Amino acid sequence: MNSIKVYGTGCANCKRLEAMCIETIAELKIDASVEKVTEIEEIVKSGIMRTPGLEINGKIVSAGKIPTKETLIHWIRENTN
Amino acid sequence: MKNKILIPILVLPVWIFIYASLQSSADFIVYSLLSLPKESHFTNALHFFIYEVPKVLLLLTLIVFVIGIIRTYFSPERTRKILGGKSLFVGNILASLLGIVTPFCSCSAIPLFIGFVQAGVPLGVTFSFLISAPMINEIALVLLFGLFGWQTALIYVATGLVIAIVSGYVIGRLKLEKYVEDWVRKITVGEAEIEEKILFGNRVDSGINAVKEIVGKVWIYIVIGIAVGAGIHGYVPENFMAGIMGKSAWWSVPVSVLVGVPIYSNAAGIIPIVQALLGKGASLGTVLAFMMSVIGLSLPEMIILRKVLKLPLIITFAGIVAAGIIVVGYLFNIFF
Repeated sequence: MNSIKVYGTGCANCKRLEAMCIETIAELKIDASVEKVTEIEEIVKSGIMRTPGLEINGKIVSAGKIPTKETLIHWIRENTN
Repeated sequence: MKNKILIPILVLPVWIFIYASLQSSADFIVYSLLSLPKESHFTNALHFFIYEVPKVLLLLTLIVFVIGIIRTYFSPERTRKILGGKSLFVGNILASLLGIVTPFCSCSAIPLFIGFVQAGVPLGVTFSFLISAPMINEIALVLLFGLFGWQTALIYVATGLVIAIVSGYVIGRLKLEKYVEDWVRKITVGEAEIEEKILFGNRVDSGINAVKEIVGKVWIYIVIGIAVGAGIHGYVPENFMAGIMGKSAWWSVPVSVLVGVPIYSNAAGIIPIVQALLGKGASLGTVLAFMMSVIGLSLPEMIILRKVLKLPLIITFAGIVAAGIIVVGYLFNIFF
């Protein structure tokens, strides 16, 4: 089971990224859980200084932006099994 | 990848052509096409609207695009590295300058604050960044440039920088570290290494995305703001504002700042109105103070920061920035 985490305190962009992730893994038929991390302490511990942050299987792939769909697919493919 | 770089090169001449023909187009539409009488209130208001809306939107698109590209060269992580271990005064200057170009949104103010403080960036330097980042923004810059001219835009950037530098320096000298919430110091900050190799084509993409996002969000406020401004231009009598926001009313500067704090308007909506008021007898210092207070001191951001800062520090922060804005307001009323 792959794990995707979206870090963000709940701004509009964070919600959009979470929705994009859920949509993308469904389309790619990848078995993964999408978790939203809203606790500030957790966000800070991850080292992210800009939200939304995106972590796939323990690797932080982006912070502070919403990727394009193609980029997101690329990241998910590269970091999941 | 190459054609992405071509887009702005092809669009730029079109942009210049449209921008250069704005005045004649507005004249043509108002006086020839609609054949409205010159010098009537309605004609003046309509002409102002038809001329200013495309002008400001064009300027905004260009500047947001350029800044969008510039910002790809900066990140909070990099800024933090530059600021770590810098001495107080030099650090304050650097932080204020970096505040302009580092991508920042008030929703990430907390992770950014903790990240900075934990990395050894002094509190005062961190505050210089937090003051300059929202206060000097590209939308305000464009509107001031478009509606007031480059001198006012420059004055705005310069005074904004001075306020950020001085306020941060004062906060640093006051040794307020004990008013940072305790959990902030106990927390261990991770190091996120986001390796990014950015090609220039991707930077152009970032510029285009910034335009889509920012212009897409604020255009409506600009249109409404300029419409209200046009109404004021056409219909409110000259010197109407002189008594309330003019130089003779000494209390106008602090009152403008106080009124500005709870107003959380973006610069886009407020500046066209402010510009119209200026034409009706309000003075530049008062108007500038009001505007800086609206954009630079926002209640929502302070509520967010309350999670990491104890109340005395927030009050000191707001007080020092407000005092700085008031001083700037008075200085302008005296000298201009």
